[in-house]
Amino acid sequence: MTTSAEHIELLANQEYKYGFTTDIEQESVPPGLNEDVIRLISAKKNEPEWLTEWRLAAYRYWLKMEVPEWANVQYPPVDFQKIIYYSAPKMKEGPTSLEDVDPILLETYAKLGIPLREQAMLAGVAVDAVFDSISVATTFKDKLAAVGIIFGSFSEAVQEHPELVRKYLGSVVPTTDNFYAALNAAVFTDGSFCYVPKGVRCPMELSTYFRINAKSTGQFERTLIIADEGSFVSYLEGCTAPMRDENQLHAAVVELIAHDNAQIKYSTIQNWYPGDKEGKGGIYNFVTKRGRCAGVNSKISWTQVETGSAITWKYPICILQGENSIGEFYSVALTNNYQQADTGTKMIHIGKNSRSTIVSKGISAGHGKNTYRGMVKIMPSAQGARNYSQCDSLLIGDQCSAHTFPYLEVKNSTAQMEHEATTSKIGEDQIFYCQQRGLSSEDAVSMIVNGFCKQVIRELPMEFAVEAQKLLGISLEGSVG
Amino acid sequence: MAEAVVHSELQWTSPQVLSKRPGSGEPVWLKNLRSEASDCFAEMGFPTRNHEEWKYTSVSPIAQTPFRPAWQQSASRPVQSAELDALKKLSGICLVFVNGQYNEALSSVQGLPAGVRAGSLASLFTTSDEIIAERFAKYADYRQHAFVALNTAQWQDGAYVWLPKGAVVKEPIHLLFISNAGDTPLVAHPRTLILAERESQASIIESYWGAGQGISFSNAVSEIVAGDNAVIDHTKLQLENDRSFHIATLQVYQERSSNFKSCSVTLGGALVRNEAHAVLDAEGAECVLNGLYLGREKQLVDNHTIIDHAQPHCPSRQHYNGILDGQSTGIFNGRIIVRPDAQKTDAIQKNRNLLLSDKAQVDSKPQLEIYANDVRCTHGATVGQIDAEALFYLRSRGISLKDARNMLVYAFAGEILERITSQKIRVLVDRVLHARLDAASRS
Repeated sequence: MTTSAEHIELLANQEYKYGFTTDIEQESVPPGLNEDVIRLISAKKNEPEWLTEWRLAAYRYWLKMEVPEWANVQYPPVDFQKIIYYSAPKMKEGPTSLEDVDPILLETYAKLGIPLREQAMLAGVAVDAVFDSISVATTFKDKLAAVGIIFGSFSEAVQEHPELVRKYLGSVVPTTDNFYAALNAAVFTDGSFCYVPKGVRCPMELSTYFRINAKSTGQFERTLIIADEGSFVSYLEGCTAPMRDENQLHAAVVELIAHDNAQIKYSTIQNWYPGDKEGKGGIYNFVTKRGRCAGVNSKISWTQVETGSAITWKYPICILQGENSIGEFYSVALTNNYQQADTGTKMIHIGKNSRSTIVSKGISAGHGKNTYRGMVKIMPSAQGARNYSQCDSLLIGDQCSAHTFPYLEVKNSTAQMEHEATTSKIGEDQIFYCQQRGLSSEDAVSMIVNGFCKQVIRELPMEFAVEAQKLLGISLEGSVG
Repeated sequence: MAEAVVHSELQWTSPQVLSKRPGSGEPVWLKNLRSEASDCFAEMGFPTRNHEEWKYTSVSPIAQTPFRPAWQQSASRPVQSAELDALKKLSGICLVFVNGQYNEALSSVQGLPAGVRAGSLASLFTTSDEIIAERFAKYADYRQHAFVALNTAQWQDGAYVWLPKGAVVKEPIHLLFISNAGDTPLVAHPRTLILAERESQASIIESYWGAGQGISFSNAVSEIVAGDNAVIDHTKLQLENDRSFHIATLQVYQERSSNFKSCSVTLGGALVRNEAHAVLDAEGAECVLNGLYLGREKQLVDNHTIIDHAQPHCPSRQHYNGILDGQSTGIFNGRIIVRPDAQKTDAIQKNRNLLLSDKAQVDSKPQLEIYANDVRCTHGATVGQIDAEALFYLRSRGISLKDARNMLVYAFAGEILERITSQKIRVLVDRVLHARLDAASRS
């Protein structure tokens, strides 16, 4: 877990170490978006009629929508006709086992540090690897199936469990929810699907690794996780993309549903390519994530470490519908160079005695712009609701900015809520103290930042926590002194 | 004149309203200013809830009420009441405005030190007074804000206070705005300009009081300029009747090492919006904005503050407490902006709310916008109810439920009241507050 100076230096010289491209034969549709492209995507995935119609309805609605502009970020308008909406590595008739997967792909994931060969894995983490528009492999499927857990790519789930997909798809994030959610509903290509049956505690961490590879493509994946009564699942998500001068769009939708007494823990390490030092290139990460605590005593917990992307625009939401349901949001968002992040959460309290906790840590360095935007809404029905929010911002350098925009709406007198926010820079005395004990100023900053984020990092599963700490160190490289 | 009833947005800016006003011996620049502001308003129109700054407050009740300009109301009936007497006792220096017009008979300027000038703004502009005129309407931005534009276009009268260099006024200067509406809803646009030259000191009370039972709308704009090292203590009391509308903008501009402190107490009104914008435009300026708001029945009280730290080394503090009962709504929107050069800024903002009934609601939006790195800014917001344990503690000592509740509510209000500098004002607000609490617990 140490982030020794040489280690950082080594990594820093590589800058963004996931910036390579994989040279593989790709099959893509021409850029542009119209009903034919959607039908084509749908046909390629051999989707049932209702899903095609669902996509088209979303598309027709999307056409009427306007690009939202309320977020505190600036970027040139995205040309939706220049994006390639489907791109996949060429494969033989759907890989049935890892042996069928193109070795180049396996190599790519090995390079990214994501082991797809089960025997090669140290810890028990089941991975669904998504490469551009399709899922290339899912590990440990059998072991999971033994306890009744369905875990795999979304396309597979559509084929094998259409009744579950149909029941839950769009039930948390309707197609009409927002501009990017509607776009995603129209063109989503793949993603992960997970169903944990009643009373099952998922024996391992589930994870999806998203990789953008092809040029000018957009990635539109959709994740749907359902935790049935009394179940538990911990899910991780990681992402990287090659270094390019162009901006690529990533607009995902994540839906979580927790039934009675169920618990979902969703962790993200977002490390899309952030653009270069001048702010050129990078991924636009416009994501809609929402969880519904549908049952009593259900719990959804979002943990995110956002270090990548040129622009991040993301608000994981918890709808606390069930009595005694719990929503949690732990976030670290770091913006360096010209990165911009407008992120936060919404906690909507509907059920009695629902509780929520928000801990958000924003770090701005270089010309970075970091905004926390969150809403806590307590509906009249939420007797005894409780919320605690804490948003801290750390400023490194005099060109960056940090903003906090919380919205508190309380319609029930028994609610208790607290919101607190602070903004400050790293104290010179703190750095001095570290330096006096022989640490370089960079190490000192990295250490202080890690301490600042500890509350969030400790919520992450072990493997991710280590990676997150390193990532923070690397992302801050060059911002001190 | 009876035909000049204004009701739609168009009619708010109709030339009739402007041209028929008395005292038309105005200088040309003022006429031009009015027509420019009028155009600005016509362009902006009333804000809707789609407007981020008006997300929680709908002004459609104002836009839809057929108000008549208050100056059209023929000579007002004499106003008398114990409450008014109490208000008038706050200070010997009291400028009284009834329905937006200066009332010389009720006013007195006893005890105003030589050199300090205070009086009716409208009559000032009939004489040419450049010191004050050239700074009029330079601070509150009518190009951005619909209600400021409306006021700038249609203001009828208001107060000016000019404190020369080094002047110290011991007694508070009281500006009392009385709205006295009968059956016809009336609108007035009081306008205040306070210029404190360097090293001057004064305490200003701005109070709004409703005499009649009718519907009135006060759309007030106050501009305050605190010169180098000037010290201004400002208190605003909003005591209009429960049917009235009140939208007020306080625009403060602070120069080097000036000290501005304000406390806004809102007790009356059906729809009240208090905006306080302070620009700290030189090093060492200090700004304190406090507020207490009580809502009952269907009242809506909206407090908006913006503290703009444009220069380094400026501290600012904000403490707003709200007590909401009945079906009332309390809104707090506080914004702290720290500009790129404003290093060493130290800003604290606190908003606390107490909900006393199931139907009352609170929307709080504290915001930080920070573009400098060497700063310390915090904000906090809480919403809660009366602590059951504290209540139990008091009751176990033989205090009735009613008294115990009142005590705790009063203590909550006390956090703000104790920050009011003038004891006289504190006592007055205290009494009004007690009367209010007693009335609430009786019903």
